[in-house]
Amino acid sequence: MDYAANLAMTLPEVVLGLGAVALMLVSAWGGPGSTRVVSWAAVAVLFGAAIALTGPAGSGGVAFDGLYRADAFSTFAKILIYIATAVAVLMAPGFFQRTSGDDLRPEYPVLLLLSAAGMGMMVSAADLLTLYVGLELQSLSAYVLASFMRRDARSAEAGLKYFVLGALASGILLYGISLVYGFSGTTQFDGIADVYGAGRSMGLLFGLVFIFAGIAFKMSAVPFHMWTPDVYEGAPTPVTAFFASAPKVAAIGLGIRVAIEAMGPALDQWRQIVIFAALASILLGAVAAIGQSNIKRLLAYSSINNVGFALIGLAAGTPEGVAGVLTYLAIYVAMTLGSFLVVLQMRDADGQPVESIVSLSGMSRTRPALAAAMAMFMFSLAGIPPLFGFYAKFAVFDAAVKAGLFPLAAVGIAASTIGAYYYLRVVKTMYFDEPAPAFVKGDEGPLQGGLIAVAAVIVSPLGYLTIPLLGAWSIAAARALF
Amino acid sequence: MIQAIAFYLFAFVVILSGALTIASRNPVHSVMWLILAFFNAAGLMVLVGAEFIAMLLVIVYVGAVAVLFLFVVMMLDIDFAELRAGVARYAGIGLAVAVALAAEVMIAVGAWSAGKIDLTRRVAPVDPAMPNIQAIGTLLYTRYVFIFEAAGFVLLVAMIGAIVLTHRERSGSRFQNVARQNARRPQDATRNVQPPVGQGVQL
Repeated sequence: MDYAANLAMTLPEVVLGLGAVALMLVSAWGGPGSTRVVSWAAVAVLFGAAIALTGPAGSGGVAFDGLYRADAFSTFAKILIYIATAVAVLMAPGFFQRTSGDDLRPEYPVLLLLSAAGMGMMVSAADLLTLYVGLELQSLSAYVLASFMRRDARSAEAGLKYFVLGALASGILLYGISLVYGFSGTTQFDGIADVYGAGRSMGLLFGLVFIFAGIAFKMSAVPFHMWTPDVYEGAPTPVTAFFASAPKVAAIGLGIRVAIEAMGPALDQWRQIVIFAALASILLGAVAAIGQSNIKRLLAYSSINNVGFALIGLAAGTPEGVAGVLTYLAIYVAMTLGSFLVVLQMRDADGQPVESIVSLSGMSRTRPALAAAMAMFMFSLAGIPPLFGFYAKFAVFDAAVKAGLFPLAAVGIAASTIGAYYYLRVVKTMYFDEPAPAFVKGDEGPLQGGLIAVAAVIVSPLGYLTIPLLGAWSIAAARALF
Repeated sequence: MIQAIAFYLFAFVVILSGALTIASRNPVHSVMWLILAFFNAAGLMVLVGAEFIAMLLVIVYVGAVAVLFLFVVMMLDIDFAELRAGVARYAGIGLAVAVALAAEVMIAVGAWSAGKIDLTRRVAPVDPAMPNIQAIGTLLYTRYVFIFEAAGFVLLVAMIGAIVLTHRERSGSRFQNVARQNARRPQDATRNVQPPVGQGVQL
């Protein structure tokens, strides 16, 4: 295959990389004043990358001698990633404008673009090298973004914690990669699958465990979740919204690719790990969130909880299960971004962001529309039927039951009712408590309100209208792996 | 014969200088011993025919990393005597770590014989006649060019990150303006005066 054809398949990453470099130059000469231009240009670049997916990059096959795979699965994940990244770019100016301390600098959208390129590599990885380099590109950008507010001690702490623990996780992952390479003699997923299929040695098993541990850290599944609440609380809110959406999709997408493509024959081995991580995440995410008083910490535990549900679909190990995970992720991204957009609206009279759950008290009387939107996101995250979040949970549990994992599905459903408690508590605070001082309205124009409205429409019962499309698309994406 | 002598010489000096890196009292001496260890390790690499890694060791580790260590050691105000004071206290923990590491080595050797290290499934075979520098270059710039470029982006992110997190505009500092300096003409900057005797100069 010639070079141009290879590049055509990796076009989304090429567009993102070149776009990021060009915007970096614009911001270097334009200074902080160019933030607005660079932000919108970054959204345009993300849109361009999504357009590039319609070409050979959407269904082309293997590029660069088996390093990179462009298929329906990667297309599905990349579209989610690009949407979430674009929303993270768009929600930032309003937040930084009114927060005293650091201004938004044009490097913010540039780093998000580079991170998106890394995430694209992760979900398209067909080789352990692509996996690792993509993961590092995403993680390094994320470390910087977490401490983007330099004058804020909590933000710096979040960045440092994330960096140190992330480096440790990368080390664990690399150790696993080296073991798998040593015992299989190849870094390519199809070659590794052959070796796992031919019978497995202790070394291969150790490699599998370490690789899953490293990926579990990146998707913040229990027991590798410790960093999540602290980092989510300390990082600037738009960055937290980003962490909870796009990198989560990328990490789970990567996990699915490794599990199915590279280690598919070792299903029985990794299924135990995935089942444990799923149940532990659901239970811990539900129980630990109950005592939280900070809305960002609450949403951090909520994201841990949701990763658990998504992993139930992976534990099934069937195309239906993977399709369920993809459906889950699509709906989860809408719910999470919506919740964080509402959190961004929480500002006291001085325009400073507030994060306590108590300050939401009586929001139904002061900001009825916002309260209604938040209530919808909370009900949807809890998986209460008329809303679209229910369908997400239904899809993964359905796949688990069809794969014969009845106990897993039963425990998962039971634990989801524990999780419902704290989501409903937020709704109760907004609707039944005495009003706290009202949040001031921002002056960033109709953009944020519009984004909240879009997210609310997606999670509303109207979302069920997309099921034929979403279902067909996700099953096509999942079948690309098997 | 000459190879064996060279091997034992290099190996002996590596081990000796490694031990002296830990044992020497002066931290600057430690770094110097470390550099010697790197040089001899490079010699060992040449002996096994990996001349590219040997050059990397000298250029990257000796040329950059060790010199950086040296600067850091000389610039930081660390009382090494005080740091060493706890040796007896933490000897137990240190010993435990050493035992754990030794056990890991044993297990790794065991694993070696348990499973088979199988390198027949090579994905990127190279011509055995090709020198290894050329082979690495060929693979890096053709088959693995995608990863190579992506690694470049990782470094770019590191650079942007370092600047984003540490750079700040300093107000009040006076920067050199080369264009203005060059545009300055003698007649604007100097003045010819002829002071009368005994009256001094009017500035």
